[in-house]
Amino acid sequence: MSADAAVERYNFAERMCHWSAAATYLYCMFSGLALYSPYLFWMAAVMGGAPQARYWHPWSGLGFVIVALWMHRMWSRAMKLTATDRKWMKEIKAYATNEDEKLPPVGRFNAGQKQFYWVMYYGAGLLLLTGIVMWFPEAIPFRWRLVRSIAVVIHECAALATIGGLIVHVYMGLFVVPGSLHAIVRGTVSRNWAMTHHRNWYRRLAGEPVSEE
Amino acid sequence: MSNGPLQIKAVSGQAGTPPGQGASRDYDVCKLIDVTTCIGCKACEVACVEWNGYPFRETVFDNTYQTMPDLAWNYYNLIRFNEHTTPEGEFQWLFRKDGCLHCADPGCLRACPAEGAIVQYSNGIVDFQQEYCIGCQYCVTGCPFNIPKFNPETKKVHKCTLCSDRVGAGLEPACIKACPTGCLHFGSKDDMLDLAEKRAAQLREHTSHKNAGVYNPAGVGGTHVMYVLHDIENPEAYGGLPKDPRIPLLVKIWKGPLKWLGNLAMTAGIVGVAVHYLRFGPKKTEGGEDK
Ligand code: HEM
Ligand code: SF4
Ligand code: SF4
Ligand code: SF4
Repeated sequence: MSADAAVERYNFAERMCHWSAAATYLYCMFSGLALYSPYLFWMAAVMGGAPQARYWHPWSGLGFVIVALWMHRMWSRAMKLTATDRKWMKEIKAYATNEDEKLPPVGRFNAGQKQFYWVMYYGAGLLLLTGIVMWFPEAIPFRWRLVRSIAVVIHECAALATIGGLIVHVYMGLFVVPGSLHAIVRGTVSRNWAMTHHRNWYRRLAGEPVSEE
Repeated sequence: MSNGPLQIKAVSGQAGTPPGQGASRDYDVCKLIDVTTCIGCKACEVACVEWNGYPFRETVFDNTYQTMPDLAWNYYNLIRFNEHTTPEGEFQWLFRKDGCLHCADPGCLRACPAEGAIVQYSNGIVDFQQEYCIGCQYCVTGCPFNIPKFNPETKKVHKCTLCSDRVGAGLEPACIKACPTGCLHFGSKDDMLDLAEKRAAQLREHTSHKNAGVYNPAGVGGTHVMYVLHDIENPEAYGGLPKDPRIPLLVKIWKGPLKWLGNLAMTAGIVGVAVHYLRFGPKKTEGGEDK
């Protein structure tokens, strides 16, 4: 195999799933942030106007949760955190300073990607539970009104946690790891890319012995 | 009484200072409801739907004097009927005119994210502007009195306007006009407080209602609709009037520290990754990038 032969990293279903998650999440994020702060209310205009943003936000959120379950079916096993991941997390500073040679070899996903995945997965669950309360606040009897305000605060904290993860995720994908955007859009990476960033994953694909997992 | 067009004191969802804030020479207006002289005739309910142009609703018979179960988006004003026995064994029929209290510190307005959907006029009236309402119902979560009601068809929320359209033109609210016993009063907040205190004192001195008092709860900064109650110690007996209403603490946290902490964190995150890129830049692929 030549050095720049394309290796398939994400098949079509995986790419569809990723971008459906991105679209539904981003609609939720921008329409939610519009309501979150008066300084961000202008975002509602881009989302179809504030009443439309309010109307579609929960539906888009529901879509996001369904897509997250679909993604979970495909990726939950690959996202399990392992002993190597814990070693990798200890050396995360080396990853942040681009001294990747100090890190143990990585499988299909590195520990950072896995943690982002779980933040989004559990975040989606929390956002759904609390979002339903916010969708129909009058369905909660006035006696139990505490539930309404608890839901809003948890919804907002969960949203902020996922947004924090997303900032890093988008930054890594667009700027830090050249080739990863191409991977999630067109599905392929080069052999060098695979060997550098996900060596164990590539070795297993190529039928080579895998050092440690 | 309002003198001239209504001026704005606070606006929902405003990023800066509301226009004209603090420029007012308006009097605070106030509606006083003397529960002790209300006979439950419901003339005010009729006047209210009539003035606001809503159809009359079906009444529901529940074996009491209650004709309608609750306030509704097109029913701002409801007489709540309660049978009550005092600790001294006195049996009472309590009629309380329920509706928005026009809080000085309105939880609905604090919670509302849509610019201009709720305004507080400098005379104290809290008014919903349906054309800017986005139907999120945050006001429902913010109100300590269970007042704003959602119209699922138009996705807008409504409540008593204190007849701002009449008051702005120098008229009294429609309910005040209709009351046959004179238990409803309307005037400046100072005058109404004075009247209410005199009436409560009269009740304490000349009747058996030794706990009579004025309901003007401090937890929401006082209200622009006040009650005289036979027993100020037990407002819950009047169909669930809260004893010490406050804007829910979590709503204050949500609309206070959580906003600026979150905004700070998001800004820090974006600045952080930008600085990281300047310092460390992209990762290199061993053996070279090969496109
Ligand atoms: C999972 C299903 C979800 C449901 C059912 C849901 C429901 C809701 C509802 C009903 C509201 C009230 C206002 C509105 O509709 O815009 C809201 C607010 C909000 N949502 Fe969601 N949502 C979901 C997912 C998400 C996601 C994925 C995000 C991503 C960031 C998000 C972020 C927000 C934010 C920031 C707010 C504004 C909170 C505030 O006003 O302070 N939501 N959500
Ligand atoms: S009673 Fe409720 S709806 Fe009326 S001003 Fe107070 S918080 Fe707003
Ligand atoms: S539903 Fe209530 S909180 Fe939401 S925009 Fe309308 S008035 Fe404001
Ligand atoms: S002030 Fe006007 S809107 Fe409010 S209850 Fe009276 S008649 Fe109805």
